[in-house]
Amino acid sequence: METHLADFIKDTPEGQEAEAILRRCVHCGFCTATCPTYQLLGDELDGPRGRIYLIKQVLEGSPATESTQLHLDRCLTCRSCETTCPSGVEYGKLVDIGRKVVDDQVGRPAMEGVKRKAMSTVLSSPSLFSPALAAGRAFGGLLPEALRKKIPAAQRADAWPAPTNARRMVVLEGCVQPSLSPNINAATARVLDRIGISLVKAPQAGCCGAVAFHMNYQDDGRDHMRRNIDAWLPLLDGGAETIVMTASGCGSTVKEYGHHLAHDATYAPRAERISKATRDLTEVLAAESDKLVAMLEKAVAGKPRRKLAFHSPCSLQHGQQIRGKAEALLTAAGYDLTPVPDGHLCCGSAGTYSLLQPELSQQLLANKVQALTSGGPEGVATANIGCLTHIQTGMKQPVRHWVEWIDERM
Amino acid sequence: MGKPEAISAIPAVDSHALISRLRAVLPSPSLLALPEETKPYECDGLSAFREVPLAVALPEDEAQVAAVLKVCHEMRVPVVARGAGTGLSGGALPNPLGVTLGLSKMKRILHIDPLARTARVQPGVRNLAISEAAAPLGLYYAPDPSSQIACSIGGNIAENSGGVHCLKYGLTVHNILKLRVVTIDGEILELGGEGLDAAGYDLMALMTGSEGLLGVVTEITVKLLPKPQLARVVLAAFDSLEKAGNAVANIIGAGIIPAGLEMMDKLATRAVEQFVHAGYPLDAEAILLCESDGTPEEVAAEIERMEAVMRASGATQIRLSKDEAERLRFWSGRKAAFPAVGRLMPDYYCMDGTIPKRKLAEVLKGIAQLSEEFGLGCPNVFHAGDGNLHPLIMFDANVPGQAEHAAKFGSRILKLCIEAGGTITGEHGVGVEKIGEMCDQFTPDALETFHSVKAAFDTHGLLNPGKAVPTLHRCAEYGQMHVARGKEAFPDLPRF
Ligand SMILES: Cc1cc2nc3c(=O)[nH]c(=O)nc-3n(C[C@H](O)[C@H](O)[C@H](O)COP(=O)(O)OP(=O)(O)OC[C@H]3O[C@@H](n4cnc5c(N)ncnc54)[C@H](O)[C@@H]3O)c2cc1C
Ligand code: SF4
Ligand code: SF4
Repeated sequence: METHLADFIKDTPEGQEAEAILRRCVHCGFCTATCPTYQLLGDELDGPRGRIYLIKQVLEGSPATESTQLHLDRCLTCRSCETTCPSGVEYGKLVDIGRKVVDDQVGRPAMEGVKRKAMSTVLSSPSLFSPALAAGRAFGGLLPEALRKKIPAAQRADAWPAPTNARRMVVLEGCVQPSLSPNINAATARVLDRIGISLVKAPQAGCCGAVAFHMNYQDDGRDHMRRNIDAWLPLLDGGAETIVMTASGCGSTVKEYGHHLAHDATYAPRAERISKATRDLTEVLAAESDKLVAMLEKAVAGKPRRKLAFHSPCSLQHGQQIRGKAEALLTAAGYDLTPVPDGHLCCGSAGTYSLLQPELSQQLLANKVQALTSGGPEGVATANIGCLTHIQTGMKQPVRHWVEWIDERM
Repeated sequence: MGKPEAISAIPAVDSHALISRLRAVLPSPSLLALPEETKPYECDGLSAFREVPLAVALPEDEAQVAAVLKVCHEMRVPVVARGAGTGLSGGALPNPLGVTLGLSKMKRILHIDPLARTARVQPGVRNLAISEAAAPLGLYYAPDPSSQIACSIGGNIAENSGGVHCLKYGLTVHNILKLRVVTIDGEILELGGEGLDAAGYDLMALMTGSEGLLGVVTEITVKLLPKPQLARVVLAAFDSLEKAGNAVANIIGAGIIPAGLEMMDKLATRAVEQFVHAGYPLDAEAILLCESDGTPEEVAAEIERMEAVMRASGATQIRLSKDEAERLRFWSGRKAAFPAVGRLMPDYYCMDGTIPKRKLAEVLKGIAQLSEEFGLGCPNVFHAGDGNLHPLIMFDANVPGQAEHAAKFGSRILKLCIEAGGTITGEHGVGVEKIGEMCDQFTPDALETFHSVKAAFDTHGLLNPGKAVPTLHRCAEYGQMHVARGKEAFPDLPRF
């Protein structure tokens, strides 16, 4: 598409990146077909092609108003559009740039600003989130309905095996996952231990930075990233092979540290190294699948097969373009996966989206629950803590991380 | 850039009055009037043509469509219908003094009748969504434009769209039974019927392909077909375009009617392979995709014949889709070919001409020569079975003068098509893009007839004015630009 960026941004790194992305869009409209918000709202402005246009206008110098901000806020950043786009338009990177410019121009009403900042800070910090969660469990009755439903009952994490293997990998503890579902990383450690890999924690590391970054506190987000890089590099130097992501949302962000810190002279090469060493758990286990599948098949031999629905998080299938790997392992572990119509559509969790855009989020959730349960599974397996807690609010059957379903069968 | 004509004939209205009247008949999220909100609607899939409408109306039901049309009719405001905005000839290009009427909120599948094998749907339903909804019943909707993932059935009606499988199963017009249409004065017409033939004029066929000039389609009953038991695709590689072209002619000549027969040249194949990873042979000068469907026995026998013809025509490699997933991947590459070219160059200009199949090799050679002459790359994709050629001229709109240069290249290609005994409209409609060429293809008498049909539905010429059918005045102007009709049918007209 023809683009002529305005002077204020043309020669900045963001401007150049945005221009290269915009020019790739040939305005074919394919992406609108798989955009969850376009499918609900049917307005060009609520689909990727229209949002690209809105961003283009602002970068070309037309002042943005609340209307553009609203349509960008409604975007889930699910990146389904990227999967669909034959031309390879990197929408996710463009919308990060566009949102920042629009928010700087339009601002936010004072109260909304406070709310967003608080949400970003609490969700990004395990030390704040855990007490908040404990308080939530204790005083649940006082919380608004939407938030209360998201607080799961306290969960027990079974044993974490001692790090005795020669092969070692580092796990990201993350911000909310250890509090909400400590068993996910413990189950990961057990499964890896059985195939001869020890999973170690990096206590200095914390939130991957996605929450702050995508709420447009990009500098806060980058600070989280630098802190994690500092925590992980010594472990990689000490012989750890890989940084394992058990939440695909974090994984898609960590894999882009190199991109986010490309203009930080000191951190750029370190960030690049971290991104290269990062794998989603699906990739780690698929790479060991010879050993693992044999063990799983032995473990479930003669046992009745069970029915599960797999929900592939957007950050897994679109953000990281990983498909079929967890599904294959679940199948080997004795689960038959039921068909899930419109599996490419977002569940409406999308980081903080469920809290900021409750109406659209709830519509997407209702559709997702219907799709997931349509094949009559006993439960749902997924790969991201955000989706997990969100979907659980909409259904009775258990929603668990796929590695927990696997661990249970071994 | 070409401007829709007849704009000057329609006086500007008081836009505040218009918007407040529209506001009274639409829910608030269904009316966009801020410049910031209307600009993203300024173009369809042909983004070289752009106009910002006064307002965009996004009705949620037929009653709202009728109400919007009534307001516009009373105020004499032009209305341009818009489906998914994937059109490639500027059919949904807004009118700067008019309202763009988007059907994208009307996307419910109202009823599927598995016994009668029909589906009743709203106009904004995506083409592919119909087949997806019918799939559990073992049925599908046959016409499959390459844009089927996104384009709307209403837009398909308006363009009488074709697709990969139309060679065997026909165009849109052959696959619909009934339409509900709202006229410019807000009246509702029902055209066609559940039976195969209705008494009186076939107004449904007239409406199909009318590019939004006669009415706004609000409901469509389509035919569904039982999914063939089996479908498989032969992928054949050739070391010259000529051999591939001859293979196409030989297949048809052998009396085979493939369910689909498509060709891509090397450049196009390379661009799509980056996206679909279908395993296309990248060193071939051209590849053919040839589908057979039916019972397993029929398919086996037909595939054998297809492969024999391909081999005799000089195929260097032949692969057969091994399962349904691979078959779909083979096609998805072909279907994504236009936008995948965006990976090679920021802009492309998709030509749409039809040539006799036996002239294919010759025309392709001519295009390759022109591509050198103009210094612009030009991948080719081709609905080989029906002779519909889509050269994609690659250019960079940010480079001053290059769009015009591409347009000149385009006219030379069209000239080639005509010289080969072909036509300059394939399946993407006339819109604004080819309105000038309509003067070449039709006599003034024929054009007059089109205008009287239009006037019978739309006396004041408010529906999509300036598109599809040129006024005689315009043709006269266009004619002056020609040296002499026939001698030089395609002068180097700047068309952007
Ligand atoms: C990558 C790509 C590939 C394509 N491949 C093909 C192909 O293989 N075959 C093919 O035939 N076309 C193809 N097209 C062109 C285009 O997709 C078709 O013309 C399609 O039918 C347009 O549908 P739409 O919903 O996008 O309509 P729009 O572009 O929105 O509108 C097209 C025309 O229809 C009118 N219109 C839309 N809805 C209505 C309605 N409800 N009532 C009355 N008028 C209406 C508009 O006014 C306009 O004139 C392709 C386009 C792209 C971008
Ligand atoms: S699919 Fe890609 S090229 Fe097409 S409109 Fe969307 S972003 Fe642009
Ligand atoms: S990221 Fe998701 S919600 Fe946002 S435009 Fe793309 S598909 Fe739509």
